[in-house]
Amino acid sequence: MSSSVLTLVGVSHHRAPIELRERVALDADACRTLARQLDGEAVVLSTCNRTELYLVRDEVAEEIAVETLTTLAGDRAEDLSAALYRHRDEAAALHLFRVAAGLDSLVPGEGEILGQVRNAFEAGSAGPFLSRLFRQALHAGRRVRLETAINESPASVPSAAAALAQQVFGELADRRVLLLGAGKMSEATARNLISRGAEIAVVANRTLAHGEDLARKLGAQALELDAVAAALEHVDVVVSATSGSGHVLSRDAVAAVLRARKGRPLLFVDLAVPRDLDPAINELESCFLYDVDDLEAVVIETLSGRRGEAAHAERLVAEEAERFREWHSSLDVVPTIASLRALAEEITDSELAKAGGRLSERERRHVEAVTSQIMAKLLHLPTIRMKEAAAAAGGVIYADVVRHLFGLGEEERRR
Amino acid sequence: MAELLVVPALLAYGEAAFAYAGELRGPGLAGRLATWGVRLGWLAQTALLAGQAASAEGFPWGTWAGSLNLFVWLVVGAYLIWGCTPRYRLLGLTVMPVAAALLAVAWAGGGTAVEEGERSGAVLAAHVALMLAGFAGLTLAAAMAALYLWQERRLKRHERGVLKVRVPPLEALDRLAARSVLASLVLLTLGIGVGAASFERGDFDAAMAVTLAVLAVYATLLVLRHEGWRGRRAALLNLVGFALVAIVLPLTHFAS
Repeated sequence: MSSSVLTLVGVSHHRAPIELRERVALDADACRTLARQLDGEAVVLSTCNRTELYLVRDEVAEEIAVETLTTLAGDRAEDLSAALYRHRDEAAALHLFRVAAGLDSLVPGEGEILGQVRNAFEAGSAGPFLSRLFRQALHAGRRVRLETAINESPASVPSAAAALAQQVFGELADRRVLLLGAGKMSEATARNLISRGAEIAVVANRTLAHGEDLARKLGAQALELDAVAAALEHVDVVVSATSGSGHVLSRDAVAAVLRARKGRPLLFVDLAVPRDLDPAINELESCFLYDVDDLEAVVIETLSGRRGEAAHAERLVAEEAERFREWHSSLDVVPTIASLRALAEEITDSELAKAGGRLSERERRHVEAVTSQIMAKLLHLPTIRMKEAAAAAGGVIYADVVRHLFGLGEEERRR
Repeated sequence: MAELLVVPALLAYGEAAFAYAGELRGPGLAGRLATWGVRLGWLAQTALLAGQAASAEGFPWGTWAGSLNLFVWLVVGAYLIWGCTPRYRLLGLTVMPVAAALLAVAWAGGGTAVEEGERSGAVLAAHVALMLAGFAGLTLAAAMAALYLWQERRLKRHERGVLKVRVPPLEALDRLAARSVLASLVLLTLGIGVGAASFERGDFDAAMAVTLAVLAVYATLLVLRHEGWRGRRAALLNLVGFALVAIVLPLTHFAS
């Protein structure tokens, strides 16, 4: 790899604590502005877990990138220097592919990073090199998600709750959810369910005013906690995370509405400690109750599954990185191939011009077509061989030999 | 020569049955191998049935073993409608071992032989085909009911790996089992109707009585489901009905 130098400098959750990461974190606009300020091709990727600068330019790129991040870190510059990582060319490309595939994330295979890589690419100043690199990284990320089961299992308690709901009901479109409590945990779980098509029908809270705020945001009806038993008849999922003590729903209260539900299943998710829901609800027919410990156990189990899939994903990423390396290496011989073809065209044109007066228009077109075909066939194999040699790291030698044999560039040098 | 096609069919069904067990560890290669086993086995069995049909003068599956052969083909064919999708793949865990075992029994009983048989009437052929298709549907419904009970138990017990194995959603299993039962009841009713057309006084025997009992149990299931007997209760009733089909019906059939 010699034609372009790809440099990556960054910090991530692996070595930098949150206090340091938040210093160098940039929003979308700041990423765009910084990428424009850096000379040459530049993309800035900044998420809650990492800030990375991808640059394509001369040897001073690394210095510039380090300086940029150091400036952002301010009085934490010393800590930053210990946490920085730097990669070049193939190693930098492989790193980006792993990032896009979610293999460098805190939760292996998490899906959000792929969108963040795409946004960074779109906001950056990517030329031909970084465009190719990021497109292939996005492809690698998509491939990993399609060909492995790495992102199928839930990675958090709210997503485990939503996955369980899907295990009971299938598609969550038109499924109605009752939220007990209007805190952050309730909202996070509600958002996860909404993202899978569910509808938040009712929000019940001890303080009705707080419940109404959240209900308005989610387009739901607000109720006081005492009135929730009646609402059970028309919902499919109950998510509870109030901050009170004592059971909000008892076994008897749930049993009383089961007849009216005609056997339709009801999933209860109790995220509160102390628990809001009577554990005996799980004994009722068609009722499934999961508390926070049950959900955490599910998450731990599925995370181990993700790590198992990660080995398969690493193989796919390595394949994509190898493909990129081949493309990058081929850049060494592209100018020589272009010069060789230009020379061939020049000779053809010049010989045709000499014979031009002796040929009719029809004959001239015929001779032109024949000579073009001869040239194309003659140059086909050398072109292929040069690209193959480039992929095997011998491209520069081949290119030099071809340039010498055909005298490519000598004319320019004489001038 | 065509009779030998039972060997690849049996091997492929057997391979699928084993591979589906591998799918229990999580989605992956085992599941894909199982699905291909089902597909290839079903194609081999289709070719075998085609060979039997081409050689026979009339309906070649009139014997109990021949009927079993056709029955397995219908069950696997019906399963393939859902089994090809990853979400429903695990249904094969309950279907394919049964299919492989029944095909082996049909083979041992001579039901896969390709030979010229006696000419049988179109009414008998239609009757047998409709009844077998109906029973195939009930077998699938029972497989779904069994899978429902297994997954429901795992959910109730809060098993840690409950999301690791891809099982169809409970509601989908419940709904599809009910639909399969409904379709099977229609086929069985038609089959009984066609059979009754050729009855003579005194033909009524224990097998027919059990068939009507099967019909009654499943019809009751559908009515009760409408009244709220869904999920676990419906699955249990479904399995009771299938026990009649799988155990009582063959016994009475041989006895009569």
